[in-house]
Amino acid sequence: MVDGIRAYRMIAAMWIRSTMTYRASFAMTLFGNFAATAFDFVAILLMFSHVDALGGFTLGEIAFLYGATGIAFGIADLVMGSMDRLGRRVRDGTLDTLLVRPAPVLVQVAADRFALRRLGRITQGVLVFGYALTVVDIDWTPARALLVPVMLLSGAAIFSAVFTAGAAFQFLAQDSAEVQNAFTYGGNTLLQYPPSIFARELVRGVTFVLPLAFVNWLPALYVLGREAPAGLPSWLAFLPPVVAVVCCALASLAWRAGLRSYRSTGS
Amino acid sequence: MRLYAAVAASGFRRYATYRVATAAGVFTNTVFGFVLAYTYIALWSERPQLGGYDQAEALTFVWLGQALLATCAMMGGGFEDELIERIRTGDIAIDLYRPVDLQLWWLAGDLGRALFHFLGRGIVPMVIGSLAFELALPGDPLVWVAFLVAVALGVVVSFAVRYLVALSAFWLLDGAGVAQIAWLGGMFFSGMLLPLNVFPGALGELARALPWSSFLQVPADVFLGKRTGIDLLGAFAFQAGWALALIGAGRVLQAVATKRVVVQGG
Amino acid sequence: MSRHPESSADGTDHIVVDDLQKVFDVRKKTGLVRREKHRVRAVDGISFTVPRGEMVGYIGPNGAGKSTTIKMLTGILTPSAGRVRVAGIEPARDRTRLTRRIGVVFGQRTTLWWDLPLIDSYRLMHRMYRVEDRRFRENLDRCVELLELGELLDTPVRQLSLGQRMRGDIAAALLHDPEVLYLDEPTIGLDVISKTKVRTFLRDLNAERGTTVLLTTHDLQDIEQLCERVMVIDHGRLMYDGALAGLHEIGESERTLVVDLAEELPPVDAPGARVLKVEGPRQWLAIPAAASAAPVVTAVASAYPLVDLSVREPDIEAVIAKMYEDRAAP
Repeated sequence: MVDGIRAYRMIAAMWIRSTMTYRASFAMTLFGNFAATAFDFVAILLMFSHVDALGGFTLGEIAFLYGATGIAFGIADLVMGSMDRLGRRVRDGTLDTLLVRPAPVLVQVAADRFALRRLGRITQGVLVFGYALTVVDIDWTPARALLVPVMLLSGAAIFSAVFTAGAAFQFLAQDSAEVQNAFTYGGNTLLQYPPSIFARELVRGVTFVLPLAFVNWLPALYVLGREAPAGLPSWLAFLPPVVAVVCCALASLAWRAGLRSYRSTGS
Repeated sequence: MRLYAAVAASGFRRYATYRVATAAGVFTNTVFGFVLAYTYIALWSERPQLGGYDQAEALTFVWLGQALLATCAMMGGGFEDELIERIRTGDIAIDLYRPVDLQLWWLAGDLGRALFHFLGRGIVPMVIGSLAFELALPGDPLVWVAFLVAVALGVVVSFAVRYLVALSAFWLLDGAGVAQIAWLGGMFFSGMLLPLNVFPGALGELARALPWSSFLQVPADVFLGKRTGIDLLGAFAFQAGWALALIGAGRVLQAVATKRVVVQGG
Repeated sequence: MSRHPESSADGTDHIVVDDLQKVFDVRKKTGLVRREKHRVRAVDGISFTVPRGEMVGYIGPNGAGKSTTIKMLTGILTPSAGRVRVAGIEPARDRTRLTRRIGVVFGQRTTLWWDLPLIDSYRLMHRMYRVEDRRFRENLDRCVELLELGELLDTPVRQLSLGQRMRGDIAAALLHDPEVLYLDEPTIGLDVISKTKVRTFLRDLNAERGTTVLLTTHDLQDIEQLCERVMVIDHGRLMYDGALAGLHEIGESERTLVVDLAEELPPVDAPGARVLKVEGPRQWLAIPAAASAAPVVTAVASAYPLVDLSVREPDIEAVIAKMYEDRAAP
């Protein structure tokens, strides 16, 4: 684990220095990442130029949901976002070059093309979250205050698990990077809106099958002093760390199975 | 003419070979379609008739967006990366001496790609959307024909924009900035974010006047029967006008760039 | 710098391969949707040993099973059956431990950082392999000197020529003192000068450090100048294992002497040579690869108006093809 983090840091540092050889380009892509990801919130603002509430939630409350998933997904995207290139590495054979190095393959794939421009996404998430904290009147209790950082970190871990599982799937289907996008980028878009606007089965699906609801919906609704969605019990709000650990464990099993299959089939 | 048809056919085939990638793309478009559909339902149940659409029309707009996302290359990823690479490496000099029209050559290939994406990535999400939600599908076959014309014009405008972006690589060492602006513009002003008739006031008027509205907003309005008779011709004229203007700009830029390459000897 | 310790689990045999097999299930499209599964024996029962400090050529046509073998020797692929030991380690099981003992150069895939100066990639290797500072310094200095990398260390990799980059890649694979070095097509695409530099370096490395080297190549000159021993693989089986000279005899491969005469003449008559083709004043003569070309050249030069001549080495594909013909004909 310590070795893995050390290797990640070294490889990421190399990519950061590579990026810095094109400073102007880096500045532009950082801005582009910020702007493109902030468009999602612009869309919400445009909606609120016509309405006062969406699905019974105010703009501030939606900003709270949006900021929470934005930060969690932004961190996961920064740390693990390169994993969607795995299929390409299998196809062009460059995965083999990673297998003869004394660092975990997962770490090497995740740190590959480490892109600081992805800070743009985190930044807009932080800005929106900050805005939400100033406009929403939250009844702060120690439990609620503690739940906020726990929610953000657990959310990042859950999304990281999704990135890893998606990459593991690419060992089987090398051109399937877009499937992963549906769950990562698509999941993030889903979580930007309140669960009340979605069909009940969909909310239950992302609670029990693909537990994205633990990224923000369940804990955030508790912090906001609202009832849990879709008739779910409110104590689920405290489960994100457990769910995150389980997701990461399952994702790492999937990754190992994928890598084992690659090493036995060579494709 | 036959040459360009062959180029278009090879553009089609090139994308058709990636079956898993196509299926994965359809899956993603469908997931996004569902997520966006619910947000539109929430918005339109608060404000029925927002932007002149009823809820079924708004949902139709969502699924049209997912169907046309790849067709009009709104996220990029068409020929332009390859063209930029050829300009960077200097291989473009070889292309310039070929007895073909450079711009038409790339246009033909991109039309082939767009046709594949329309069939391969457009139809399935649209069908799934219409099964899951009540959509406003046109009953008049002529509207379908008009829609196809509008999509074709949208693809040409999209091509012309990306061609200009690619040519900027002749002057800018790093074309990422220009590509980025074009991409952000496409995301914001095509209607992918929200229908442009929901944009408030002057922003909405600006958005509807820019070329990017040809990608989704105009074809969708034609599909929904919002543009008929003279107004339909106006929609086509708008798209064709932008197509001609941008293609023309591309030709001028190409001529200047060619002179530069010839003077510098490649 | 010291030579590697002589002890290993397999005594003096540094690489041990025993009845190694790799079977792939390949799905072939037989219709629009239908796919047929069939098994491909990429490596079909190969056995050999390589003593410490030997330099061995591993050759064969594309798809013969060369790279599959190398991948099993490096731990990238797990064998379907059979036994592999490299420096006493079972590669598939102990891949990470093995990585510190071996160096791998992937011919056409650079592992150097494209946009950064060469030295940066080396510093990463230094830290990733946790090489002792003094040893790293020594190894780097030595590689820089022998591979003539001094002026290139501060150059971004993208600005290096193919030959310079290959030299850079070879150095990168050696900074952690590997006992075994795998080279995949180390001279492919290089100019003559670069090829010579690479070959000289490998010869010295093997002689001075006792590094065991296994190299795959299409260039018969690589083998001729570097390896006393060559293994030929085809269809997943070891077709030949022995001295290069023996391969020439078995394959009865021929070198081609291209002779340009001053005028059009009937086929020349030279002992030990056979005329293959006549085209105007130019004639093609075949001579056995194992024999010297000198007597033939002398004979032609003394009897005919010779303007120019050149010798074409037999390539590996031709040698192997010839080997098959001879086997097929009883």
